[in-house]
Amino acid sequence: MGVPLVAALASCGSDGPSSTPGSTGGAGAGAGGGSGASYWSLTGQPGEGIRQATVDRFNKANSSTPIKLTLFQNDAYKTKIKTAIGAGQSPTIIWGWGGGTLRTYAEANQVEDLTSWFAENPKVKGRLFPSSFGAGTVDKKIYAMPCETVQPIVLYYNKKVLDKVGVAPPKSWGDIMAMVPKLNAAGIAPFSLGGQSRWTNMMWLEFLFDRIGGPEVFQAVFDGQKDAWSNPDAITALTKMQDLIKADGFIKGFSSITADSNADQALLYTGKAAMMLHGSWTYGSMSADGGDFVSSGSLGYMNFPPVEGGKGDPSDTVGNPGQYLSISAKASDAEKETAKKFFATAILDDAEVKSWIDTGSIPIVNGSDAKIAGSKDADWLKFLYGVASGAKVFAQSWDQALSPTAAETLLDNISKLFQLSVTPQQFADNLNAVIGK
Amino acid sequence: MLPAPPGGGSTAGSTAGRSGGKVGVGSVGWMAAPALLFFTAFGVIPLFGVLALSFTSWDGIGAIRFAGFDSWTAVLTNPGLPHALWVTFLVMALSWLVQTPLSILLGVFLAGAERYRAVLSVLYFLPLLLSSAAIAITYKALLDPNFGLGAGLGLPFLSQDWLGRPNLALGVVVFVVSWQFIPFHSLIYQGAVRQIPTSMYEAAQIDGAGRMRQFFSITLPQLKNTIVTSSTLMVVGSLTFFDLIYILTAGGPGDATRVLALDMYITGFQANLMGPASGIALILVLVGLSIALLLRRIGGGDDTASQLEGA
Repeated sequence: MGVPLVAALASCGSDGPSSTPGSTGGAGAGAGGGSGASYWSLTGQPGEGIRQATVDRFNKANSSTPIKLTLFQNDAYKTKIKTAIGAGQSPTIIWGWGGGTLRTYAEANQVEDLTSWFAENPKVKGRLFPSSFGAGTVDKKIYAMPCETVQPIVLYYNKKVLDKVGVAPPKSWGDIMAMVPKLNAAGIAPFSLGGQSRWTNMMWLEFLFDRIGGPEVFQAVFDGQKDAWSNPDAITALTKMQDLIKADGFIKGFSSITADSNADQALLYTGKAAMMLHGSWTYGSMSADGGDFVSSGSLGYMNFPPVEGGKGDPSDTVGNPGQYLSISAKASDAEKETAKKFFATAILDDAEVKSWIDTGSIPIVNGSDAKIAGSKDADWLKFLYGVASGAKVFAQSWDQALSPTAAETLLDNISKLFQLSVTPQQFADNLNAVIGK
Repeated sequence: MLPAPPGGGSTAGSTAGRSGGKVGVGSVGWMAAPALLFFTAFGVIPLFGVLALSFTSWDGIGAIRFAGFDSWTAVLTNPGLPHALWVTFLVMALSWLVQTPLSILLGVFLAGAERYRAVLSVLYFLPLLLSSAAIAITYKALLDPNFGLGAGLGLPFLSQDWLGRPNLALGVVVFVVSWQFIPFHSLIYQGAVRQIPTSMYEAAQIDGAGRMRQFFSITLPQLKNTIVTSSTLMVVGSLTFFDLIYILTAGGPGDATRVLALDMYITGFQANLMGPASGIALILVLVGLSIALLLRRIGGGDDTASQLEGA
């Protein structure tokens, strides 16, 4: 065993966090004294720079209790943080997506119950979107402070490409299926997809399930109902998914593209692909990396279109209702104090709110829509705010809502579904086996 | 590693043992202590920890609970296990088949004393200097069907969906593994070829043996022990391929390249099922040990037989 385990751990380490100058990987270390705190989060612009700036502002104002920020790539972070927490090496401040993973932390008493702290600090709680607290709450106790931005999944399209081929943005699933052969005939991939990351494929199913069967279909899975995946609407959605794959709806080689490399976005803005279903956070990175693609108005966006005969409300959306910051229960009291001070004074302060809006995101602060008007991305922000606040149901991403065990089986089967190596029925059977686990 | 032969058997390099006998072994036995200590601390003790964990249910974060044979039932009834074993054996067999002949030929070629061979050998050994992660990231970028080498150079045959089709992806994994490790094995063979006494070749030349005949009748038989050593390293090493495959394909597409080591990692660290992951780890250990023993049986069984001239 020694060798493989060492290999596994070594590779966690070699994923290479891009740490701030002077920060060390060993987070929990240096616990004694009235000291600062450690904080782990994600790389990737524009979020990376904003997180760093917020920490820098806090450290300037609190030079005796600085916060050390360490940043990791998305896919690597998900494993790294779990391992660190399990090994008692957790950072003081744990960045996450809430939901099922937060539940495992809370049930293992690894994160601080913040309910009473929020009760004592109603101002901190009152300025954030009430809807953002759901995924940070486990059994009616708040274990995480919502932070950053609301991130619905959006259907993006390249206006220039659609114009060139002479097709309009899809208004229904039927439109999508009709566009696919036309785009393929023009030598343009209909949809870009970073399929190796697997959660990217999952976004498609989230919308198809909702549009066809309504939010109840996945809710039944989440609630642990027996054989919930065998719902006829679920089978229909899975079948339609494979129909699109069989029709060459996705870019060649999608199953070897990772979302962490942003190659899926590059396919859209270089015009190799016409459309892309992706999180609203990609708007910022496409603005940064795509040359004048966004600024010249070539990027189009819409909510996922309805499916003919479906029961779901076309205003429904899925995604991340916010991001979440928890405090490690294993941190020293001084570290916890520093973290709480950071939550109360630095997180989503005016400067951070402005930075998020400037990069095309909606921070989860009440009244942020009022600050949209002056932004260069006002149209996009208005659309985004409309989707987020107008959604009848804003569902949390499946892999975040479920427990890590069920989520892994889900993602594994999704990748097989997209490889066409399992049928919709086999998919449902495999997943029924892990319901409630 | 091999026990010293009891009598006057003339194994290669046994001169010290012959003159020193038991006293010699006793006085240098302590030299094994550091290695033994490390092996115990990082090999044996964790192994027992893993054995214990395989009878528990643990998500890696919360409390560890005893769960009897639950994990083992889960592991052994999971259809993913035979698949992962099959993929592991495929990678093992294919990478051995690709690496061994190429390494021997390169090793023989590089053993020559000419200057240009020394220059070439430096070039050949370059992949040895790179970490697996760096190699994997580089190949992933080069093989990208939309932005990779094929698209960049406008060569359609290079812009296959290398990592997106099950059989191609497996082939790419074997290729990259071979690319990375052939230099190492060539180095071993180069050293071994240089050990072969030139007098044997001179005698063969006098007898009128051509180059091919010399290679098959002298070089290859003389390399027998080296082939066993190199094969053991290849085969057992291939069981633990992880970082390269994890970065290159993450086990995909689907589970086409999900080898046992990767299966263990995903089960343990992504699905938070440490019990079943420990079960997989033990299976990995058992498979590795059996193969290593088997190889020794096949190749090293008659290790008293001389490989030296005149014996």
